[in-house]
Amino acid sequence: MLTAIYAILVMIGLGMMFGFLISFANKKWSVEVDPRIHEVDEVLPKGQCGSCGYPGCMAYAEAVVMNPNVPPNLCTPGKDAVAKQVAEITGKKADAVETVIAFVRCSGTYEKATRTGEYKGVRDCVSANILVGGDKGCTFGCLGYGTCVKVCMFNAMKMSPEGIPLVNPDKCTGCGKCATVCPRSIITLVSPEIMVKVNCSSHDKGAIVRKHCKAGCIGCGMCAKDCPYGAIVIDNFLAVVDSKICLEKCSDPVCLTRCPTKVIRPAIWGVVPGKELREEIKS
Amino acid sequence: MSEYFLLFMGAAIVNNFVLTRYLGLCIFFGVSKNFHASSSMGLAIISIMTMSSMLTWTIEHFILLPLGLYFLKTIVFVVVIAVFVQILEMVIKKFMPTLYNVWGIYLLLVATNCVILGVPLINAEANYNFLKSTVNALGSGTGFAIALILFASLREKLQFSDVPKSIEGLGIAFILAGMLALAFQGFSGMIPL
Repeated sequence: MLTAIYAILVMIGLGMMFGFLISFANKKWSVEVDPRIHEVDEVLPKGQCGSCGYPGCMAYAEAVVMNPNVPPNLCTPGKDAVAKQVAEITGKKADAVETVIAFVRCSGTYEKATRTGEYKGVRDCVSANILVGGDKGCTFGCLGYGTCVKVCMFNAMKMSPEGIPLVNPDKCTGCGKCATVCPRSIITLVSPEIMVKVNCSSHDKGAIVRKHCKAGCIGCGMCAKDCPYGAIVIDNFLAVVDSKICLEKCSDPVCLTRCPTKVIRPAIWGVVPGKELREEIKS
Repeated sequence: MSEYFLLFMGAAIVNNFVLTRYLGLCIFFGVSKNFHASSSMGLAIISIMTMSSMLTWTIEHFILLPLGLYFLKTIVFVVVIAVFVQILEMVIKKFMPTLYNVWGIYLLLVATNCVILGVPLINAEANYNFLKSTVNALGSGTGFAIALILFASLREKLQFSDVPKSIEGLGIAFILAGMLALAFQGFSGMIPL
């Protein structure tokens, strides 16, 4: 009988003690969290991609609310809509988000580019690249083991049977994860509207490019000569397009038709140029 | 001294919580997907386990045993650990925000786990003194952290391998855990208990 009373008393005593302790601790050590942080966090797309420069969506939400110098338009996957909402919650002014999508600067498919050996290791571009620079003849070209496809959290990439990854422009948010993971820095982020893209990233001399790949930029400079606005320059045997000039001034890209190796060609996934131009290219 | 060392090694390796006693499997499979999370979790487990076993020892020996309420130990320990973790979380959140960012969420995950309750109960069962129960808790926590970190490293490697479709993910993880447990069986008998 006595034990039962003790048991009841001890449990009541402990319960009350702990209850008071917790309520006391809660009052004394409570940390006030700005409710706007949660509001911002709910608006963000929750890909946790880190393209804003913060370790996750929550971290960015905290930074954008607490720090007046952090702009509300850092979320690239969210595009304008999210930037507007974030700006509204935080009371900041939103500048337009520059929309970009990933672009693979290589067209060396299995058929067109040579391979120097047979790679049988882990199916991963980074591993393949570490091992004597991969199994592709071209040291700049896409290895085709799809590390970028694996890392994409928006399901916007897939590996084509030809061995070059494809980007779906409707799903690509431009977060840039694939661009950072690619061991050869083949993937860049470009505006989806741009027509003229160089599908090669090789800085090798023309003769070496020819040896390894039928679809590489040999740096002949034909495009640079053709362009009336000077938007294309040859930088170290590779044509480089200034997308700003190209987008603003040029409406009839002559360069698309002249490239001997068809490295400069209309973007397949972006805005497809007019019908006439396409037929001209075909012929 | 050697007695304490043996107790520590025994708790950490020979009687490893996950791999020989099969406790705390939910954390073992849940938080072992990447190395970083598993090491934070391991640290949280070690600290909470040690501190909560000290606390429960005090309560057991100064409240429960004198009043003859030994049979209440499970229920009291659950409450004590839950409250302790809650308060610890608040204190860390207030005074060490950086530390809170690293393992704040893991603290609360640990609070309701069986390993944390298991150690004080084993201590009470074996009738250890204060120092011994603390060493036992420290060893158990370290053992858990070792197992967790080992397993997370293995699973990170596993992501690069061709796993048959049918046992992808948790399936292969369980098989791997079984192999790891088999390896740990080799330690049994090294320290007579």
